[in-house]
Parts: sequence; structure tokens; C-alpha cells
Amino acid sequence: MPRVSFTGNLQRHLSCPPAEVAGETVRAVLQAVFADNPRLRSYLLDDQGRLRRHVNIFINDRMVHDRCRLSDQVTDADEVFVVQALSGG
Amino acid sequence: MAETLYVASRKGLLTFRHSAGAWHLADTAFLGDPVTAVLPDGRDGALYAALNLGHFGVKLHRSGDGGQNWEELPTPAFPSAGDAGAGADGPSVSLIWTLAAGGADRPGVLWAGTIPGGLFRSDDHGFSWTLVDSLWDRPERAEWFGGGYDQPGIHSICVDPRDSDRIAVAVSCGGIWLTGDSGATWRLGGTGLRADYMPPDRSDDRVTQDPHRLAQCAAAPDTIWCQHHNGIFRSTDGGDTFTEITTAKPAAFGFAVAVHPADPNTAWFVPGVKDECRVPVDRRLVVSRTNDGGASYEVLKDGLPDEPSFDLVYRHALDIDADGRRLAMGSTTGNLWIGDAGGSRWTSVSSHLPPINQVIWAD
Repeated sequence: MPRVSFTGNLQRHLSCPPAEVAGETVRAVLQAVFADNPRLRSYLLDDQGRLRRHVNIFINDRMVHDRCRLSDQVTDADEVFVVQALSGG
Repeated sequence: MAETLYVASRKGLLTFRHSAGAWHLADTAFLGDPVTAVLPDGRDGALYAALNLGHFGVKLHRSGDGGQNWEELPTPAFPSAGDAGAGADGPSVSLIWTLAAGGADRPGVLWAGTIPGGLFRSDDHGFSWTLVDSLWDRPERAEWFGGGYDQPGIHSICVDPRDSDRIAVAVSCGGIWLTGDSGATWRLGGTGLRADYMPPDRSDDRVTQDPHRLAQCAAAPDTIWCQHHNGIFRSTDGGDTFTEITTAKPAAFGFAVAVHPADPNTAWFVPGVKDECRVPVDRRLVVSRTNDGGASYEVLKDGLPDEPSFDLVYRHALDIDADGRRLAMGSTTGNLWIGDAGGSRWTSVSSHLPPINQVIWAD
């Protein structure tokens, strides 16, 4: 299963340890994480389910393209990194 | 007189207390996080704080013990505009600009005004929120536009202490909206307001007015003062109609207004230079006060800086206590003052604070 990890800056606000969850898209991976950690959703996504403007997601070393539908494909071997943009501070 | 003051700042929620003849910083919550609104709810003693985390969005917290412990609440949020992706242009709350208690007879009812211009209601002390569709769906909203911020926003929510169903809401820039049925229906108030920034034929268009802030007199709620982008206006009919006050000095421009809780003719303002300059007139920070309904003004400066000042006082950063004798004022340059004797005598509490969004007395 893909492994997903979160910027340490989030840990100041809520616990979100790395996880291995099923999912073939970024959205599916995040939904699986949110199922166990519903508070996390609003920290990463806005009211319409879009990736927040100052949050970035990488699949391995590639930044995701679709910030709206979060449809970028993820394979079982991938690592998903949720990071804090340097903008927005 | 009030002895506890909450300060919503760019770097946290600060609590100041008065003891042994001096003001001191008693507590800091959410250190490092921008606090955009704070509400001490006198009905049950709860304290609410709205944050705007730079990366992780708007958040709302509640404390039941005066700020010692906090619980994160769900945040007011717009309904989905469609399937994921289809809602690419759908709204999302970018700022909680103001919080208001829903009336003494409505324990648990809270109102939140946001950017973009959403009004949200909670019936359960903030544990769930609903968008007030009846205002959001008004066709006139298409005419609203941003003032300062890119998007329009609701910054003033005045709940009539005689009747909690009667509420006045102000939008920058979208005029003054009134309800007599707790938000089921709305009508556009603000007749008499004037917008010089509009084409001449539309300067009196009520739907594009920029009321910077409303202040309602607790003892005479039909009196509502409005610090507007184009000057100072006063209503004596609950917000339907306004009369422009042209006697203000040294300027009629500003953001903040406070009204005496028992005397509708006494109000305070912090004058500045319009439009985008936004510094004190002649760079001398003063507060202006009228005691006669705007017929005349006094300029209050005892205890305020003698040196050139660049302080800007945001719309929520001036407050009067329940006795009507003690003011608090905070600026974008991190200055905090207490104004005793109705603002006749100011004391600097600190010159080293973060930019201040709001000051509000606890009692």
C-alpha cells in the first residue's frame, strides 16, 4: 500500500503519524487517512475539497498536478508526502 | 470597570489583566497563530477564538474555563458546490471576520461572519454551523465586491438586545442587511449611505456601500453608528436609514467605532487618512468622541503618542466596557492602549505586540 507522511508543522496542531493506506489516487489515499483522522481533512482541503493553496503534495519526488480533484495516480510502491508550502506563512 | 481584556493578534490570543494599578499580560494562547476574532460569551462564560492558519486554513476553538483549556470546533464551511473538482469555483471560508452571541434568550446560538460574505449560524455553542442561505442566495450578492480583502466579507453582526430575531449585518462591500425573523428573510437597509468610490449615479446604491463597522447602542438599539468608507453615519431606526455626520474631526475616515452602552449620543472613532494611505491625520494618533449625537466632536489625545505615528486601528480593535467608561484600542503596529474616563486619559499598555486585529472586554 502507498505510504503517506505529513509535514512536522502539522503536528503542532494535531497528531498525524505516517500511515500505509489503500488508494489508487491522491484523493483515495487522503480519504483513507481521514477515515481515521477526520479533523485532518480541514487542515489539508478547503470547503470544496480542493487542496489548500499553501499545502503541497508530492508523489515520491513529483508534485501533484491536480489540486482540485486530486486525481493523480498512486501505486502501492509510492510514497506520498504532504508538505507545507513556503508561501502562506 | 472592566479588568480583563482579550486581544486577538497576528501571533496569538493575548489576555491582559488589571491588578495593582497596572495592566499586565496574563496569558497567551495559540502562540504564533493569527487570531482573527475572539468572543467572550457572557451567557455561559465560554470563550471562542477564530484562527487563520497561514497554511492549514481557518480554525475555531472554544474554551469553557476562561482560556486555560481549548477544544477545537468544526469550522463554518460552505456546502459543496458539486462533485470534487466540479466545485472548482465554489466558495470556501478564508477568514472568520466576526463572531457574535445570538441573544440572552438564545443560549448556544452564535453567528459568524466570514470572507467570502457568508453568514453562519450555530445553535449548539459552535459545535455545528449552517450557512444562512437566505442571505447568501440574495441576487444582490452578485453586486458585492471586496473592500481591502479580495472578496467581500461580513464583519459586523448586531443582535438587538430587545429581540434576538432582529439582526443587522454589515458587508464590505455589500451594504447593510436587516432581518426581523432571525435570518429567515432579509431586507436591504442603509438608505442615506454614500459611496464616492462608485460612479456618481450609483453613489447611493445601497448594495455596494462599504460600511467599515457598525456599533449598536445596547440601551437604545435603534441607534446604530456606522464608520463608513466615506464618513460617519448614524441610524436611529435600527439601520434602515442613516444620516451623515459631517462634523467629525480631524477626519471622517476610519475603520473602528464604539458606542456608549447606555448613551446613544456618545461614540468614539479613530480618524485616519483615506483612501489607501491609512495613517493618522498629520501622523498624530488621536481618538475623536462625540457626546451629542454627532453635533460636535472632541479630539482626545492625552496619553497618545506625541511623536509621529503610523498606527492603524482596525475595525474590531476599539472597544468600550459595559460601564461606558473604559476603552481599549489596539493598532496594526502592535500598540495597545487603555482609555480611562471615556477616553479622556490614555495609558500605553505595550508597544511591542504583534499587529492587533481585535480587542474586546471580558466583562
